[in-house]
Amino acid sequence: MKATGHKTNWGRLAGPVIGILLLLVQVFFAVCLCSAETSPGIPSIFKPESTPADSIYSLSLLVLAIAGFIFAFVAGLLIYSISKFRRSANDTSEPPQVYGSSQIELAWTVIPVLIVLVLFVATARVIHAIQDAPKPAGAVDVTVIGHQFWWELRYPELGIVTANELHVPVSDPAHPTPTFLKLLSADTDHSFWVPRLAGKTDLIPNRVNYMWIDPHDVGVYVGQCAQYCGIQHAKMLLRVYVDSRDQFDKWVRDEKQSVVTDEATEEGRRIFETTACINCHSISGTVANGRLGPDLTHLMSRDTIASGAAPNTPENLKAWIRDPDSVKPGSLMPGMKLNEHDLDMLTAYLQTLR
Amino acid sequence: MNAIASPLLETPTAWKLPYRGKVGMACLIAAESAIFTIFVVAYLFYAGKSLTGPTPREVLETPIFYTICLLSSSLTIHFASKLLERGRRGGFLVLWFLTIILGCLFLYGTGQEWHRLIYDLGLTISTNVFGTTYYSLVGLHAFHVTAGLILLTIVLFFGLADRVGPEQSARVGVLSLYWHFVDGVWVVVFTVVYVLGR
Amino acid sequence: MASETIALNIVAPGSRGISDRLHDWAITVDHKRLGILYILYALLFLVIGGVEATIMRVQLITAHNHFVSPEVFNRMFTMHGTTMIFFVAMPLMFGFGNYLIPLMIGARDMAFPRLNAFSFWLTAFGGFLLYFSFIGGSGLYGAGNAPDVGWFAYAPLTARAFSVGHSTDFWTLALLVSGFGSIGTAINFIATILCMRCPGMTLGKMPLFTWMNLVMAALVILAISPLTAAQMMLSIDRYLGGHFFDTQTGGSATLWMHFFWIFGHPEVYVLVIPAFAFASEIIPVFSRKPIFGYPVMVAATICIAFIGMSVWAHHMFTIGMTSYTNSFFVLTTMAIAVPTGIKIFNWLGTMWGGKIQFKTAMLFCIGFLFQFLIAGLTGVMMSVAPFDWQLGNSYFVVAHFHYVIVGGILFCLFGAFYYWFPKMIGTKLNETLGKLHFWLFAIGFHLTFDSMHVPGLLGMPRRIYTYEPGRGWEIWNLIETIGVFIQGIATLVFIVNLVLSYFNGPRAGNDPWDGWTLEWSVSSPPPPYNFTSIPTVASRRPLWDLKHPEDPDSLYE
Repeated sequence: MKATGHKTNWGRLAGPVIGILLLLVQVFFAVCLCSAETSPGIPSIFKPESTPADSIYSLSLLVLAIAGFIFAFVAGLLIYSISKFRRSANDTSEPPQVYGSSQIELAWTVIPVLIVLVLFVATARVIHAIQDAPKPAGAVDVTVIGHQFWWELRYPELGIVTANELHVPVSDPAHPTPTFLKLLSADTDHSFWVPRLAGKTDLIPNRVNYMWIDPHDVGVYVGQCAQYCGIQHAKMLLRVYVDSRDQFDKWVRDEKQSVVTDEATEEGRRIFETTACINCHSISGTVANGRLGPDLTHLMSRDTIASGAAPNTPENLKAWIRDPDSVKPGSLMPGMKLNEHDLDMLTAYLQTLR
Repeated sequence: MNAIASPLLETPTAWKLPYRGKVGMACLIAAESAIFTIFVVAYLFYAGKSLTGPTPREVLETPIFYTICLLSSSLTIHFASKLLERGRRGGFLVLWFLTIILGCLFLYGTGQEWHRLIYDLGLTISTNVFGTTYYSLVGLHAFHVTAGLILLTIVLFFGLADRVGPEQSARVGVLSLYWHFVDGVWVVVFTVVYVLGR
Repeated sequence: MASETIALNIVAPGSRGISDRLHDWAITVDHKRLGILYILYALLFLVIGGVEATIMRVQLITAHNHFVSPEVFNRMFTMHGTTMIFFVAMPLMFGFGNYLIPLMIGARDMAFPRLNAFSFWLTAFGGFLLYFSFIGGSGLYGAGNAPDVGWFAYAPLTARAFSVGHSTDFWTLALLVSGFGSIGTAINFIATILCMRCPGMTLGKMPLFTWMNLVMAALVILAISPLTAAQMMLSIDRYLGGHFFDTQTGGSATLWMHFFWIFGHPEVYVLVIPAFAFASEIIPVFSRKPIFGYPVMVAATICIAFIGMSVWAHHMFTIGMTSYTNSFFVLTTMAIAVPTGIKIFNWLGTMWGGKIQFKTAMLFCIGFLFQFLIAGLTGVMMSVAPFDWQLGNSYFVVAHFHYVIVGGILFCLFGAFYYWFPKMIGTKLNETLGKLHFWLFAIGFHLTFDSMHVPGLLGMPRRIYTYEPGRGWEIWNLIETIGVFIQGIATLVFIVNLVLSYFNGPRAGNDPWDGWTLEWSVSSPPPPYNFTSIPTVASRRPLWDLKHPEDPDSLYE
């Protein structure tokens, strides 16, 4: 039996070096995480702004603490044992052959079981609090229907239909006005995930799911589809606009208004109504009644088009209509093969849909 | 390197381990049971959930006679194996042949029922969810019956050529175990489809 | 001792042509050769799967990148996952098991050698069929017809309506075929272990490696079958107009999920339990102590297998099950952490008080212990369903399971290579290259997979071919990609080591590591018949008894 030989020096340092390196790595990650959180556009789960996300955040602190403690303890034992119990050079004897120890094994069975019980109880309470929360009187109802690759948003009691950008009122903890979402799908599986507001819930065809959010602060919260739904799953983005009560009421009023016909964009409207656009899209107050694509009645009230794939500017709108694959390759909107003049007219018309 | 003889123990008394054919077949049966379980679960899950089309109550007729045929074939194969162990090749062949006949009768019955369902009542695998789960489950079982019958027939041919004797009774026993499994599955399928599912 | 003469058909070396030798390998039923075939096959696909991963990581190195199209990316993650699980990890485990089990139990071959060969070729053919999809159909542009539905192929995305063409069918058929191969191998393992142990080797005296492969094989039988059934159902839907998962006619998308995960979760135990088996052989030998708590290790493994059949819906916490159902699966998933943790403690207990030799195999096992600890803890985090509502389907999950599979399972596999290569080939792998391999791979692994947890926490879902800038994800993706290249270099070092040592490595002898199980009692490589005469054993470490006749294990067991 040969002894370990000339690599012993490296080995002796390995344990403590690894330990310190790993500690530094974890500290580095923690620091990066904390600094990342502070920027508002970052959908960090550690910056919750709504009760479901809050509950999850608090529970996660407990879980992380327990996991961290277990890690430190066991990794510490591991690092200690590889430092202390190394074979020294030229030692060919065998150590005492120990086959087990009932007491030790009992201890390290019982303690994990107790930890599991604590974790389970804490978890079950949060599950129940989030999933079985009753709906208060002031709640806003929204039906979310997932499509490949956009979000249809209907406010049944308010009579509003829009797409991709969800407006909800801010909720005051004293007089909560949460938004309850009913989740459906028109085709494949999707998942609604806005990390700062709640955990994700899936949209599954032939099934109804529910979730709720009660955002505490006005602002824009980003998210996206979190269940692979096909080629453009990556660009099925979500924007949740948490408005103050006044802003939200104004938004609702604007959405309920019918479209105003403008003589100047008459040609564009004619192009819209005679090309295949009306097969897929709706504009209330016109003959366009399609349900396959987003409702365009208030297209210009949205900041982005193609479910967040591009900012809502005239150039992007034109590019999108001319060739959807240039913005979102593989999306289900066909290129309409319009000439440049028609494209200009059409875009001008769409610009009036405020 | 020679045998590693322990300094304390001489040859251990009677080192007898199970017959590997039986163990292998038992494992195969376990795997197949798992597959059938999933089809049964699908059948039960979808019971009553078809949106259209004929329902089980409307179209299914309980195949009592053919079930008796199949379950009796378990008896005949059991006694055939016993006879073979005792060297009674003639009796073995008769009962083995009878097993095959009973199995074929069962398949004929299934075919007849399917013909009626498809052509007279318009129930196919694509008609509705009931059609899908029914034909899949019963069809999967019928496939296993067919495979079993092919194996049984091969043994029959060997037997007729006088190549099957008591020395082969262990292997014949393995095949007979498979056949018992196929019959056992039918008990479950029958209960689920013709008793519970209606 | 033996009175019979074994006629050995020894042919003079070099007198058989290359085509004869290839033919021998093609028709072999020898468990050792089949084991090596499995391993070589898996190594090939390891490289291919690694290339697929690299392509994905280059695409994700920055936001809005255009390295590959979304079609290609989606095919990459589908093929990468399917390949690594079914055509790398499983064949590697089957390969090592095939090679070692008969040797460890004192048998001459597996119970059903021809079934063994058949199972190998089924698995191999399945892999080739899957990869034929790249060139079938529309050809190489857009990566041909390779499946792009994700490795778990959720319905109804796999329905005819949403997956046009045959890409999904390649996935289904390839896995159906290789699934039958896996079941065949599992039957062989169980029958061999239960029926062919040498005299004196009761179930309580066989190596832990054998126990764990027995449990793994039982899991394969119970777990692969649901996948087979589900794939049959999917094919009925796609080809016979069935409605199993057809949501337009009352079918259920969640039924597919249940069936898939009833397979999918035990599958991860199928992968990890043989890794435990490697660790349970390597750690004792290089700590110079027997495994701490053998009976509990066996019991814990069986517990893991049992409980592992009841946790599947923790992959489905977000689909809208009731709070009671969710809580049930939280409990079972947390419960499985207990026997798993026990095993980590038992390995630690083995090292404690030992005299550890830091050979490359041991380094990889120590890496496994450390990384599997972290992986297990992130798993426990995600067993907390509300936490999973945030982190499920995000890069946190991807980080977790790569931590298990790469940081845990692959590290053990590398250890197994360094430990048993001498037995299989007759020469030792180079230790210097081995240590280089270990350190490079560890650094690359940690760069990639430590970082990967962060984008998940910052809201990055998985399976996206590109992402928005300004969400804080770019820097982490960049670091992850760099790590992948380092791991690639490390793997190259490993392959170079394999090749060089095969031709030029130092002779290993029967027992290069001073081991205690029966495989070290025969020559390296073993003769085709394994043992000149079948041994008789009296304890769990027959070679320890032989080397220490004054203090044999049989006194203590």
